[in-house]
Amino acid sequence: MAASEKTPVTGAGPFNGLLTWVDARFPMMSLWKDHLAEYYAPKNFNFWYYFGSLAMVVLVLQIVTGIFLTMHYKPSAAEAFASVEYIMRDVPGGWLIRYLHSTGASFFFIVVYLHMFRGLMYGSYRAPRELIWIFGMMIYLALMAEAFFGYLLPWGQMSYWGAQVIVNLFDALPIIGPDLSTWIRGDYVVSDATLNRFFAFHVIAIPLALLGLVAAHIMALHEVGSNNPDGVEIKKVKNEQGRPVDGIPFHPYYTVKDAFGVAVFALLFCLIMFFAPEMGGYFLEYNNFIPADPLKTPPHIAPVWYFTPYYSILRAVTEEFMQTLALGVTAYTFLILFTARGCLIKIATIFIAPVIIFLMKGPSFTLLGVIFPIEPKVWGVVLMGVATLIFFLLPWLDQSPVKSIRYKGALSKWALGVFVVVFLTLGYYGTQPVTPAGTMVSQIGTLVYFAFFLLMPWYTQMEKTQPEPARVTM
Amino acid sequence: MADKQVDKGKRCLLATAGTVAGGAVAGVAGLYPFAASMLPSERAKAAGAPVEADISQLAPGERMTVEWRGKPVWIVRRTPEMIETIKKGVDKVADPNSKKPMQPQYAANELRSIKPEYLVLVGICTHLGCSPVEKFRAQAEDFAADWKGGFYCPCHGSLFDLAGRVYKNRPAPDNLIVPPHKFLADGKILIGDDSKGA
Repeated sequence: MAASEKTPVTGAGPFNGLLTWVDARFPMMSLWKDHLAEYYAPKNFNFWYYFGSLAMVVLVLQIVTGIFLTMHYKPSAAEAFASVEYIMRDVPGGWLIRYLHSTGASFFFIVVYLHMFRGLMYGSYRAPRELIWIFGMMIYLALMAEAFFGYLLPWGQMSYWGAQVIVNLFDALPIIGPDLSTWIRGDYVVSDATLNRFFAFHVIAIPLALLGLVAAHIMALHEVGSNNPDGVEIKKVKNEQGRPVDGIPFHPYYTVKDAFGVAVFALLFCLIMFFAPEMGGYFLEYNNFIPADPLKTPPHIAPVWYFTPYYSILRAVTEEFMQTLALGVTAYTFLILFTARGCLIKIATIFIAPVIIFLMKGPSFTLLGVIFPIEPKVWGVVLMGVATLIFFLLPWLDQSPVKSIRYKGALSKWALGVFVVVFLTLGYYGTQPVTPAGTMVSQIGTLVYFAFFLLMPWYTQMEKTQPEPARVTM
Repeated sequence: MADKQVDKGKRCLLATAGTVAGGAVAGVAGLYPFAASMLPSERAKAAGAPVEADISQLAPGERMTVEWRGKPVWIVRRTPEMIETIKKGVDKVADPNSKKPMQPQYAANELRSIKPEYLVLVGICTHLGCSPVEKFRAQAEDFAADWKGGFYCPCHGSLFDLAGRVYKNRPAPDNLIVPPHKFLADGKILIGDDSKGA
């Protein structure tokens, strides 16, 4: 569009001229309108809608503090630990930047978990928002990778042994496993080469991917419009100007609301960062203040809190538990065959289920098992992977006629409640040393965790739902 | 040739197939140098020399640790009681006679050693690579009420007996690895090299 065809910018006082000049050369006003001033968001956003913007704030915090940390940090096995202590003691204000970054990492996960819980409650993953959810899950996975790579950098005992355990997860894969884990480490053990490449992933590769994914997440959101606590589409009821009657412009209404949220968040954040940056060993583990020693594993190792639910699932898989799992898969197969409506899913199940059951039970006593052994540890890794990836399927697992938990039936409400309790319980046991009782609880938790997802098509259809209102309620 | 019609559908298909296949090959070829650069470097490969350990000062019932290829290697001097415990514990362990190739041929026996007294192990759990801790005393432990002595992995609770044999129904699938080693004269062990002769 030629400069003359655009309407001049008004309302900016002495800057009108300058902004008109810019807008003629850059889509400034249309970006401003599409994403802020004329992006209509439902007027009934509640507390749970703070966490999207807070996640952005923490992302910026992590990037900015990260840049300043790289100015002093040395990514080599010989110098890494000492350079972190140098930042803490000798760099002016270095302790503040480091604690902002380490506390920020944990807060990032707190915010993202609450943001995901909001999505689960109000059905924000349902059509037409499947891609928002998928991009969001990819952000979550990228964030886990980012946190994992970053945790090796201080080169403490927990850094070292945590990386050792996680890289060895790949070692468990049949055939390609050992070569794959050597390739990831760049050495036969976690070493200088590993640290140096994890640094590269942490400071450039993953952050770039994260930024791209965040852009895609928001673009998809602004294309279809935000969901809301009632789960009704505000675009269905529009006024004469074609604007949603239940929508309000994001700016100034939600920019002001979110600014308030940021202020409260910053207060809580500072309280923890200044007074309890280690958070009792949960945000920064005590063993990580000991330099990495490849010859000695700390007496109790556990990942940082945000990974522990999955870590519990990994530890839950023992030889005995495999029997239970195989039984569960068999029962699930029959459930699909006898009660699922789709023909395609039944045919797929007939072919896939026996393979899975055979792989779970069969190999230990067949010829195949000798050539191609799949041991419980492989299944632990597989189950842990599936536990993180299964969230991707939510848009299709939820078959309820309504989106929001407000109008779903008792089964869905109980399922979500129990899921949250199980997620927290698994998280707790993941921080604890192994005990027979803890393993038992983790195993039950693992079953419930998967039941929440896999039985969702049934319980969301069985229950009696309430009718959704035509308009949002406050 | 001129009188024949050009089959545009086929031409389009061939062009597309050629572009996709060529692009895929070029893409993989382009990625290869980057992927290959992440393999262990020549320096990392060269750093695997055998190490010598002096066991003349090792008392019965004690363990020493040496570093070989960046990994801890344990040398345990077992007491007769310890050896007795190993022989009694056959029903608790998954692979009592070392059938799986987790050791050189000369250590594929019940005690998993060349000399019954000296056990040499890579101190890395076969589950996910933590280093188990020594729990040589036979006493009730949190992880097993009737503990007979051996190694306990703090990461995921795998148990190994005093021959490095893994307990049944634990996360670790295999016995601890016995590295190639040989006894030298004057109370020394060479770890990482078991060749005969000089």
